[in-house]
Amino acid sequence: MGILTSQIEEEAFALNAARMGEAVAEFRAVETQVEAAAEAQRERYAKRKMLLPRERLALLLDPGAPFMELCALAGYMRYGDRDGTGAGAGAIAGIGWVSGVRCVVVVDNFAVKGGTVTPDGLAKKLRLQEVARENRLPLVSLSQSGGANLSYAHEVFIPGGRGFANQARLSALGIPQITVVHGSATAGGAYQPGLSDYTIMVRGQATMYLAGPPLLKAATGEVATDEELGGAEMHCTVAGTGDYLAENDADGIRLAREVMAALPWRDAVPPAPAREFVPPLYPASDLMGIVPADARQPYDCREILARLADGSVFLEFKPEYDAQTICGHMKVEGLACAVIGNNGPITAQGAAKAGQFIQLCDQGNVPILFLHNTTGFLVGTEPERAGIIKHGSKMIQAVANARVPKISIVVGGSYGAGNYAMCGRGFDPRFIFSWPNSRTSVMGGAQAGKVLRIVTEAKMRAAGAVDAAKLDALESGTAQMLEAQTTALMSSARLEDDGIIDPRDTRDVLAMVLNICREAEVRTLQGNTFGVARL
Amino acid sequence: MSFETILIANRGEIACRIIRTAKAMGYRTVAVYTGPDEGAPHVLAADAAVHIGAAMAYLDGARIIDAALRLGAGAVHPGYGFLSENAGFARACRDAGLVFIGPGPEAIALMGSKAEAKRVVELAGVPCLPGYAGSDQSNAVLLAEGARVGFPLMVKAAMGGGGKGMRLVREEGALAEALERARSEAVKAFGDGTLILERALEAPRHVEIQVLADGQGNVLHLGERDCSVQRRHQKVVEEAPSPSVDGALRPVMGAAAVQAARACGYVGAGTVEFLLDGDGFHFLEMNTRLQVEHPVTEAVTGIDLVEWQIRVAQGEALPWRQDEITLSGHAIEVRLYAEDPAQGFLPQTGRLLRWRPASRVRVDHGLAEGQVIGAEYDPMLAKLIAHGPDRDTARQRLIRGLEETEVLGLRTNKAFLVNLLRDEGFAGGETTTAFLEREFAGDASLAPAAPRGEVLALAAFIFAARRGGASDPGHPRFGWGNGPRPVVRFRLTDGGAVHEVVVTFRRGVAGLELVHDGGLLEAVTLEQGLCRYRSGGGDGSLVFAFDGDVLHLEGLALRDVTHAPAEAADTRGEAALRAPMAGTVISVAVVPGDAVEKGQVLAVLEAMKMEHPLRAGVAGRVGAVSVAVGGQVKARQVLLEIEGDEE
Repeated sequence: MGILTSQIEEEAFALNAARMGEAVAEFRAVETQVEAAAEAQRERYAKRKMLLPRERLALLLDPGAPFMELCALAGYMRYGDRDGTGAGAGAIAGIGWVSGVRCVVVVDNFAVKGGTVTPDGLAKKLRLQEVARENRLPLVSLSQSGGANLSYAHEVFIPGGRGFANQARLSALGIPQITVVHGSATAGGAYQPGLSDYTIMVRGQATMYLAGPPLLKAATGEVATDEELGGAEMHCTVAGTGDYLAENDADGIRLAREVMAALPWRDAVPPAPAREFVPPLYPASDLMGIVPADARQPYDCREILARLADGSVFLEFKPEYDAQTICGHMKVEGLACAVIGNNGPITAQGAAKAGQFIQLCDQGNVPILFLHNTTGFLVGTEPERAGIIKHGSKMIQAVANARVPKISIVVGGSYGAGNYAMCGRGFDPRFIFSWPNSRTSVMGGAQAGKVLRIVTEAKMRAAGAVDAAKLDALESGTAQMLEAQTTALMSSARLEDDGIIDPRDTRDVLAMVLNICREAEVRTLQGNTFGVARL
Repeated sequence: MSFETILIANRGEIACRIIRTAKAMGYRTVAVYTGPDEGAPHVLAADAAVHIGAAMAYLDGARIIDAALRLGAGAVHPGYGFLSENAGFARACRDAGLVFIGPGPEAIALMGSKAEAKRVVELAGVPCLPGYAGSDQSNAVLLAEGARVGFPLMVKAAMGGGGKGMRLVREEGALAEALERARSEAVKAFGDGTLILERALEAPRHVEIQVLADGQGNVLHLGERDCSVQRRHQKVVEEAPSPSVDGALRPVMGAAAVQAARACGYVGAGTVEFLLDGDGFHFLEMNTRLQVEHPVTEAVTGIDLVEWQIRVAQGEALPWRQDEITLSGHAIEVRLYAEDPAQGFLPQTGRLLRWRPASRVRVDHGLAEGQVIGAEYDPMLAKLIAHGPDRDTARQRLIRGLEETEVLGLRTNKAFLVNLLRDEGFAGGETTTAFLEREFAGDASLAPAAPRGEVLALAAFIFAARRGGASDPGHPRFGWGNGPRPVVRFRLTDGGAVHEVVVTFRRGVAGLELVHDGGLLEAVTLEQGLCRYRSGGGDGSLVFAFDGDVLHLEGLALRDVTHAPAEAADTRGEAALRAPMAGTVISVAVVPGDAVEKGQVLAVLEAMKMEHPLRAGVAGRVGAVSVAVGGQVKARQVLLEIEGDEE
C-alpha cells in the first residue's frame, strides 16, 4: 500500500502558514461581525421574551454533537449590505443533530437586518432544501421572517415559488419538515410553515396570515387584530394550520425535539459496521503550511492527502500516466473515498485518465473527492492536436454522469473549464467547500487584463491611435476588478460554494460528508404522491 | 470448646465485623435479620440466617434465643446497641443454656444504672464528679443536693445512655424546671424517671479506657481512646491514644478503670468512660459491651477484641500481663453517616447507587451497592479507621481514605468529616467536647451551599453525553464545529432550586473542553461512572451514577429540565367561559358580581346526551353573563366573562 511521505521545508512552511492564517482570520472576522450584530439586539429581544437566533439553535441541537454550518458567508456585501453583516443571508443553517437525528437545520437570523430575505437568502434556502433532498435529511426550521427585502422583491418572487414546490416534493419523497413559527409568517412566508409536515406555533408571538391587518383593511375594509387574524391560538384551535401550540420560544423548540424523537427515522438505516481506522500520520495543523503563500508556486497535492487519509495511505491510480492529474483511493475514518487532484494543468492524457477513473468509481460505488487546484486545461497546438477538447469532454461527461456522490474542495485555483472538469458548482457536487485562499474564476485577473489589453490595443491600432496609458489603466483595472470579485469570500457570498472552511477542519468535514452520503444511500424512504396534506 | 456456632444478634457493620472474626477462628455463624434487612450483606456473610420479624425484631430477645436454639448455636454475640446491655436478655440466654458473649447479667444491671455505677466505683476508689446518686428522688432533696454539688451541673436519667436524657443547668434558678423536664423525658424514653445530679465540666475531653477481663480474675486495660469530638453527646471522631494522656497519666487511668471493672466482677470486653480536664479525670459511666470505636484500640494494640471476647466466653485466660500491653502508633476513626450536615444533620434515606470504600484504610461496613438505606435504623453507614506511626500520618491517611471512598445515592457527612480532619484545631490535637459547637460551628459543610459552577458544567456534560451516538464524547466529532460553537443554556434542578449553567463544548489541543461562566475545564473525559477533567486548580474527577433520569453526584442529585415543558401560559386560564361544543345550558351557578375561584363550576352544558360542568379558568369576579338556562349555544360561544383578580 502506498503510504504517503511528506517533504516539508520549514521556512517556507512558516511563511505559508502565516499567509493562510491571515486568510482564515479574514473570514472568521466576518462571522464574528455578524455574531456581534445579532448580540447587539439582545436586550431588545429579551424584552419581548424572545431568544436570539444562536440561542434558539443551541437549544435545538443536541449539546456536544457536531454542527457543520453551511453558507455562513452567503450574501456578504451584496444586495445593499454595506457593512458585511449581511453574511449568512438572513439565516444560520447547517447539518446537526436534533434528538439523535442528523438533519438540516435552518434558523432565521431575525436579529440582523430584521431577517429580511434577499435573493441570496432565498438561494441559500433553496440550496439547503437541495441538501435535504439529496442527502435524505429531515429539515427543521425555526422561522421568524422579516419578509422579502422589498428593494429586491422582483428578483425573489419567481424563485420563491420554487421553494414552496420543493417543500411539497420533499414531503412527497418522505423527508419530514418540522417548522417552529417564532414570529411573523406573512403572505408568501405563511406558506413555509403551511407546507411543513409538522408546524409548531408560539403563542402570542407567531402570526400567520396571507395579509396582515393593515393590508387587510386597505384591501377589504375588514378590521382584525394580529391574534384574531392569524395568531397561534387561532391557527391551532380553529383553523388547524398549526399542529402544536407552544408557550414560548424554548417550548416551541422542545416540541420540535419531541416530534423528531417520536419518529423512528433512525430505524430506516441499518446500523453502520464498526470501522477501525488509523488516523493520518501527519497532523491536521500541517494543512495550514502546505499551500505556498505565492499562489503561482506549485506544490504536490499529495501533501494534502497525507493529512486527510487514514494512515496517510493512498493507492495512486496510473501514477506513471500523466503526472499533472492525480487519481487514487484512500479511506477516511474507514470509509472509502476516491480522490482527483491537480498538480498542474489538465492535459489530454490527464483528462483521459480521470475520465477512466471516474467510470471505475461509478462502477465501484466509491464517492469521489475533487481537490481543485488547477489553472484549467493545457492550451497550445500540441494539446489541441492531441485532442484535448475531445478528452476534456470525456472527463466532463464522466463527472456529469457519475452516479456516486461527488465532493469538491477548492484548495487553490479553480479556473475556466478546469472548474467544470473538477466538478465545480455547476455540476452539482453533493457538497462543495472552499479553503480561504482559493479562487474560482473563468480566468485569472492578470490574464483577463492582458487579453482585454490585446483586444483593445488591436482596436486602437485599427482606429489609428494607441493610448498606452489607457491600455495600462484598462489592464490593471480589469485585473483588479476580477481579482477582487473572485476571492473565496466573494465567491462564497455568491453561494458558489457551501461555505469556506479552515483547512484544519478538512478531514472532519470530509468524514462527516462521507457519512452523510453513505447513510443517504442506504436509507429507505416512504414516499407518497402529493406530500402530506393538512386536511 | 463449649460452643461451635455463634449467633450474632445484630445487623450492619458490627454483625459483619463479628462474623468475619468468628469465621476466621473456625466458628459457624448464624445471622438474624428483619424484613428491611433481607439480602443484606451481614445475612449473606453468615453460614446460616434466620428471619426474625419486622424492623424492631432485633430487640426481640425471645425470638433471637429461639433462633439460636433452632439452629444449634451455642453462643450469642449481641454486638452493640439493641440487646447488648439488656441484663434480662443476658439472663435469658444463660437460662436457655446459651453462652452470652459479654459480662454477666449482674454486671450489666449494675453498670446500667448510673446511680448504682457511681456508688460502686466510688467505693472502689475511682475518682468521680461531685454529684448525687441517691434513691431519694424528692424535689426538695434534689434541689438541696443541686445546691451542694454546685453549678453548672448535669441532670441525668439514671437509666439513660448514649448521650440521651441529659440536661445542663447553669444556675440554681433553672434547676427545678430542669428536674421536671428530665424526669418526664426519662420516663418516656427509658421507662424510669430516676435522676442523678453531677457537676458539669466546662469543655472537658472525653477519654475512655478499654478493659478486658477473663473468668479467672485477670483484668487488663488496653489503653485509652479519646472521643472528645462529639455533637450533642454523639461521638463523631475517636482516636487512640489520646493527645491529652501521657505515659504518666495512662497507667493511673488504666488502673482506675481496672478497679471499676473488678468492682462489678466484669468478664469480657468493656469500656470505662471518663471526663478529663485540668483537675484530672472523673468517672462518667461504664459500657458493658463492645463499643463502636473499638477498632482504634485494635489498631494500636494489635489485639482483635472480638476474638478475645469469644475466647474469654470459652473460658480462656488472658495470656498477657499488663506491662506486656503496648500501644504502637496512632489510630483515628470517623463515622460516616447518612446525614446532611447542611440541614442540621437530617437523616437521609435512599438507594446506595455507588459504594466503593477506600482500599488503604480499614473500612467497617455492612453495605452493598444497590442497597436501600431506610429510616428504620441508626443512619451510620460505615467506620473508617486509619493507623500510622504518628497522629498526623494517621490523620492524613484518614483524609485520603475518606476522599477515595465513593458513595452516591444519598447525602452523607463525608465533606464535614474531611473538613473536620483538616481543621487546624483538630490537627493540633486540642479538641474538647465543645469543639464542634464552638470552634467548628462556622464550617462550610454545615450550611447549605449552591452547587459550584464547575460541578454544574460537568453535570451538564454528563447529561449531554448520555444520549450517545453523535453526543458520545468518544465520537470523533463530539464538540466539533466549523463555525462558532453553540452556547447551551442548561437548566438543572436539585429538587429545590433550578440552576442555570451556560456551557460550550469544544475540542481543544488537550482534548475535550467545557467553557462555562466560571471558567474552562480541559481534557475532559468520561468513563463508566467517572468524569475526569483539568481546571485551573489542577486535575480533578467527579464520581456519578444515574438512577433513572436523576444524576447523582456526591451530595447532590440533579435532573435536567432544560427541555421541561413550559408552565401553561403563566397558569392563567381563559377569562372568558366558552362552550366547548354546541349544546344547551341547563344551569348557571353565578350572577354578575360573584367572586369565583379558579376551577369553580360556573355552568353546566348538556350535549351529546352528557352533562358537562364548565369551570372558571381564572379566579376573579363574574362580569357579563351572556346566557340563560335553556339557552342553545354554539361551539366556542362565550357564555360569561370573568374579570381576573389584580395580581
